[in-house]
Amino acid sequence: MIKIALCFACVCPAGVTKRRGLAGPAAARPRCQGSGDAAAMSRKRQRQQLADSLGRSAKHFNKREVERLIKLFDTLVAESSSRFAAAGFDRNMFRDTLHSAFGMTDDMIMDRVFRTFDRDNDSCISVVEWVEGLSVFLRGTLEERIKYCFEVYDLNGDGYISREEMFQMLKNSLLKQPSEEDPDEGIKDLVDIALKKMDYDHDGKLSFMDFEKAVRDENLLLEAFGPCLPDIKSSMAFEQKTFQEAYKL
Amino acid sequence: MGAALARAAQWTAAGSGTGTLEITPLNESLLNQIIKFAEDFSTRHPQEAAFVFREPLEWKTQLGCSVFEEGYEIHGATVQSEAKGKDGQPLLLLTASTLRVRSFDQLSRLLQIAMEKKLKEAQACLEANRDPIMKILGPECGTVEGEDMSMLHLLEKVKKDDDPETEMKMKICLLLHQLDLQLLSSSLKHISQDVRLNPAAINNEVNLLKNFSGKGEDTVLESLEYTSDYMFFNGCRAPPWRQVHGEICYLVIKPHDTDPLYITCSTAGVFLNGGKDDIDYERKSDVYKDIVTFLRERSPRFVENMAKQEYNFFKEPTYEKNYQRMEVVDAKVSGQSQNLYDLTEKNVCEKVKSSAERRRSIDKKKLEPSMKWKNTGKTSGRFEDISESSSETEEDEEQPVHHQEGNTDLPSEYWGIQKLAKYLKGGNPTATVIALCSMRDFNLAQETCQLAIRDIGCLEVLINLLDTEEIKCQIGSLKILKEISQNTLIRHAIADLGGLQIMVKILDSPDKDLKCLAAETIANVARFKQARRTVRQHGGIKRLVGLLECISVGSTSLTPYQSKDTEIARCGALALWSCSKSTKNKEAIRKAGGIPLLARWLCSSHANILTPVVGTLQECASEPSYRLAIRTEGMIENLVKNLSSEHEELQMHCASAIFKCAEDKETRDLVRQHGGLQPLSVLLGKSENKQLLAAVTGAIWKCAISGENVSKFREYKAIEALVGLLSDQPEEVLVNIVGALGECCQEQINRTIIRKCGGIPPLVKLLTGTDQALLVNVTKAVGACATEPENMITIFKCCMLGTCFAFSFYICSQILNNSLN
Repeated sequence: MIKIALCFACVCPAGVTKRRGLAGPAAARPRCQGSGDAAAMSRKRQRQQLADSLGRSAKHFNKREVERLIKLFDTLVAESSSRFAAAGFDRNMFRDTLHSAFGMTDDMIMDRVFRTFDRDNDSCISVVEWVEGLSVFLRGTLEERIKYCFEVYDLNGDGYISREEMFQMLKNSLLKQPSEEDPDEGIKDLVDIALKKMDYDHDGKLSFMDFEKAVRDENLLLEAFGPCLPDIKSSMAFEQKTFQEAYKL
Repeated sequence: MGAALARAAQWTAAGSGTGTLEITPLNESLLNQIIKFAEDFSTRHPQEAAFVFREPLEWKTQLGCSVFEEGYEIHGATVQSEAKGKDGQPLLLLTASTLRVRSFDQLSRLLQIAMEKKLKEAQACLEANRDPIMKILGPECGTVEGEDMSMLHLLEKVKKDDDPETEMKMKICLLLHQLDLQLLSSSLKHISQDVRLNPAAINNEVNLLKNFSGKGEDTVLESLEYTSDYMFFNGCRAPPWRQVHGEICYLVIKPHDTDPLYITCSTAGVFLNGGKDDIDYERKSDVYKDIVTFLRERSPRFVENMAKQEYNFFKEPTYEKNYQRMEVVDAKVSGQSQNLYDLTEKNVCEKVKSSAERRRSIDKKKLEPSMKWKNTGKTSGRFEDISESSSETEEDEEQPVHHQEGNTDLPSEYWGIQKLAKYLKGGNPTATVIALCSMRDFNLAQETCQLAIRDIGCLEVLINLLDTEEIKCQIGSLKILKEISQNTLIRHAIADLGGLQIMVKILDSPDKDLKCLAAETIANVARFKQARRTVRQHGGIKRLVGLLECISVGSTSLTPYQSKDTEIARCGALALWSCSKSTKNKEAIRKAGGIPLLARWLCSSHANILTPVVGTLQECASEPSYRLAIRTEGMIENLVKNLSSEHEELQMHCASAIFKCAEDKETRDLVRQHGGLQPLSVLLGKSENKQLLAAVTGAIWKCAISGENVSKFREYKAIEALVGLLSDQPEEVLVNIVGALGECCQEQINRTIIRKCGGIPPLVKLLTGTDQALLVNVTKAVGACATEPENMITIFKCCMLGTCFAFSFYICSQILNNSLN
């Protein structure tokens, strides 16, 4: 954790101007002035091309922002100096990053976030997966986020969030009450409550349709089974730290 | 004795064969009387005492041989009396523990010997000999239900043969009958004092106690449960075969300081039963008249904590329902009320009642807060008092009539909400959000749910959630608070719990949804003075004004981004509208720079933001500073424009703002210049919406103070319309209409118009009214009309048609006076 914090410190040195320009995640960012950016020019050509292509594919970031994210990726990977250093993040690194940058704590959910980022299932998040994942993670539209959350919650990837999966995700959601007979009963009841609320077709499990309808109805249910998206404060802080320098350059 | 024993004495119901006498106060007193009778028998009736019983009274005694002394022969375990019957048998014989007694003499001696055990002995004797008379005198004298013929039999026998024994029997029989009567009458006294509990009374008591039970130090009990959920149609929970014994239900009570108590509630009272897993119906304790009395005997902690509850009674009017019911029950069960309730409940009830009365009196002055036309209309057609507050009164909140069904049964919603409350209290943010979303599926507009949320203690939790960093929990909680704060009681509760301070803080949040919800909830809660003050004192006004600051005004098609800003502004304006009912808040809004912002939003074309903006403006227009600003900042133009809106509420607020501002000549001119007089005249056609009509007629009245405007009104045929509205209107409308006509009457041509369209008779008729503000305006109008000779004649005619000449003259003199002035 301290390691990562240091990483951020080097990305974003203390005393960076406090600019509150990041009005909102969906705001289209104006292109940075010209391409005569000396620092960027000196980057490896390969990275430059990657940034170009990602700038086009990850629709919520502009090229400059993509560059910053790639730089952050490189820094984090280099810092970790693990076996996967070349390829990208491994599970633990990613978890640490989620934890320190976005205050996530639930191991299971973080695992699922890792898997959702890891599109090709090679247990390693490449730079492309990193940028595309963050695009939804930080600035996704409601639609994208519904899809993302559903994927996170669908533990076995069968297209349904089942009762058992809910139980798994919610099992630590109740503070231990000493006099409580069976703590599992409380969780089961909670699962029933959630199903009653969201299972529109009454088949005892949540399909994507159910989930989407429920979330559109009540946005609060987007992260119904555990926090898998950054909260507004940490995402603003992250964006500020990561992208601020881009404006300075 | 027979009848008394058979009927009055309380035999244990269990076991049909050899019942036992229960230890009840009634039985004890019966036994004592019987013992006294038997003890005194040998001295009072020595002859009869020697009479030998037909059969011995036989029972198992607890007396040992050793107690028998003089007059008895003791052989090992056998004791026999020295006195013998004619047949040579001893009159008292004790073998093993079986005692046989054959005469009253022996009986009384035995009781004297038994000393403190005599009660037990007598009990054992009577239990073993269910009909002692039959044993003493023979089967012909046995107790028979219905007519007792034994005396007559004996009498006949005595007549027939002169047998002294029969005569003796007769005497004894008479003595025993005497005792019987004595016993019956004394037991009657007992029974009449007896408590007859009923299912309703018990249910009430149980519900009351449940309110004060639960976990924690201060509750009176840990728990209190019925053993059975099923209730028979008659309100009893006991199985039918136990109901025949008067049993109503069984409870398991867990006090803090003793083992669980298993009790039976029967019509006779409350007592401990054999309890545990299966109910053992046998009575194990004395009978108490109710559960509380029972518990006071059993649990010192109960008494202690019950005394503490008094404070809570006052704090939470929730329980008033129960109290009122309990009082009724107490009244029904007379003599039952020397219990704890006497200490606390009576005065609680009084308090509760008086507060209920106060609430009712508030209900009477139920009026839309912004529509205090009566106030503004008064005072002799002038408008001085508008500079005071148009709206602020001591308690200017519209109070919903507080229904309280006489039903103590908790609605099903209660349990559903309680289940969710568990997750709010003991869940992490994820569980909390699920519970919050699920709670919104209840009909939160319904008072039952609103009060259930408060009573379960959810309100505290919801407000605590606002104070967390969890935005989702905050949003979820505010969505509920926004709904339930429609209820006055909830508003007060939220304010009492410090919710306003937290919501004001939330207005600074970066999350727009959260800001909107907080502002909307503040708008709901700040409907009473105290709350409005709290908002101001915690810097709420400044922040709310801040919500109005945003870039996109005026444009018709909004991007999602702009519409969010408009939404924030709308919520801010709603909250300001609620707050603007306090004079100090009006000032605070002005100081916070609210006027230019309101003016900017007034240019918007969206009714949903215009309504709160104009609402706030018209509320604040009671202040001269605002009236000036409305004129100078060019707001009149927009107010006039929105008179033609499709939304009646908006039209009403615009008209009412003009009503308040048109006191100034320049404003009146502005209204005319912006073409406001025609829409006002048109709006006179909407006579079904009385609030709108009151505002419109008020605006017309004030505008008509300018002569140029009057000509315009004439042009738009407003005078005819006003005359047409003279009948069947509420007073606040009539005051304005007549005021307007009075202004119009300054011109000769209008006076003629009024006469021609038949305006004079209804005007004169209004002279008989009692409303002062109206009378002032009417006399002015009639007086102005009367300057026309032709009108004068019509007025006189109308007056003559009235009921009283003297009154007509009085009115005419008033009119003349007025017209001279």
